[in-house]
Amino acid sequence: MSGSNHISRRDFIKVTTGAIGGFIAGVLGIPSIAYMISPALREDKAGKPMPIGKLEDIPIGTPHPFSFTITKVNGWERTAASYGGFILRKSEDPNDILVLSSRCTHLSCRVNWNETAGAFLCPCHDAKFSKEGEVLDGPPPEPLGHFTHEVDAEGYITIIPVEQKAG
Amino acid sequence: MRSTLWQKLFSWLDERLGLNDAYKNLLDRPEPKGNWWNTLGSASLFLFILQAVTGIFLTVYYTPSPDHAYDSIQYIMTEVQFGWLVRGIHHWSASLMVIVVFIHMLRVFFTASYKYPRELTWLIGIGLLLLTVGMGFTGYLLPWHQMAYWATTVGTQIAGSVPFAGEFILKSLRGGPDLSALTLQRFFAAHIWILPALLVALIGVHLYLIIRHGESHFPDKED
Ligand code: HEM
Ligand code: FES
Repeated sequence: MSGSNHISRRDFIKVTTGAIGGFIAGVLGIPSIAYMISPALREDKAGKPMPIGKLEDIPIGTPHPFSFTITKVNGWERTAASYGGFILRKSEDPNDILVLSSRCTHLSCRVNWNETAGAFLCPCHDAKFSKEGEVLDGPPPEPLGHFTHEVDAEGYITIIPVEQKAG
Repeated sequence: MRSTLWQKLFSWLDERLGLNDAYKNLLDRPEPKGNWWNTLGSASLFLFILQAVTGIFLTVYYTPSPDHAYDSIQYIMTEVQFGWLVRGIHHWSASLMVIVVFIHMLRVFFTASYKYPRELTWLIGIGLLLLTVGMGFTGYLLPWHQMAYWATTVGTQIAGSVPFAGEFILKSLRGGPDLSALTLQRFFAAHIWILPALLVALIGVHLYLIIRHGESHFPDKED
């Protein structure tokens, strides 16, 4: 067919079959994939502020545990998930507070404060974090996360329940 | 001629899988002169595959529990992208499949294709029809709304009217004397595992027999 600007019958069939096939694959494929990943595309709403304790009940210098529960609607069900962390009052100053998340930055196990070790220990792969959340030992790639907090006039501490990266 | 990589790959596979032979035996069969009524078997097969695919998709979200069945379907219809489409196809093709399988049977009857040597094809076909209806019956309960609940109440009650064994049949279908979570769960199991497995097996034999005997000729004036 060289020299002719007509396409051959064979090529025409090839191109149209390809085009129609591609169209059908798209019509079937896109809805299928969208259907499967649909829940993953939903945005997680930022939570409402959570009260986590009163200033006067919290000792100075040692991490004090707190926990809270968030109920979310997942699909056709409400699921309550509990989260937790530690409040560290570094000094008498009511603003000198660090609210750490207890979620290990390695693979998300929960760390515990260990008084004798003077550190947060992770039960999963033996990570060790300092009182202020820095990595002392083990596999975690970064310090513990924290929550932004506020202390009101009566001394109630509230946090925005979205974990922030350290730093 | 220089063979392309693709051709090399194909002949490598063909040597081992016998693709060309399979093609000749499965698809390149002699067929009697075309008649649209002869396509209904393939249409049934297509609908079965369509139901299998959309059904598998539905199980990604559907929950067979009295607490959540209805809500999970609401979720599919309103929240999941294209959920309405997947469920819609499954819902409407279910009725269509019963109709198509039934008309396929009528055509086999009117063309007298059930005669020697195809009696077994016919008997297996009866199994296929019953299983298809069974799929419809078990699937109907799954949304667990009023209509589903009462349709199943009535359907199982009818099955229960069989003399002597009636009560036993009714309890086996419902998983007890009443419609309950057990009913929903066993209907679900039947709908997604038991009946489809039987259907696949019987369809396999049905198709094997069709390939073995070839398609019957359309009767003409002399028959
Ligand atoms: C799930 C349901 C069914 C599927 C997927 C199915 C599939 C098929 C296919 C693909 C064919 C060949 C093409 C054709 O003749 O249309 C066929 C032929 C046949 N079917 Fe079915 N079928 C089903 C139900 C039935 C039923 C309910 C009967 C009767 C009770 C039946 C009896 C036959 C017979 C006797 C033939 C051979 C016809 C001939 O050689 O002319 N099938 N079936
Ligand atoms: S998850 Fe904490 S150390 Fe691995």
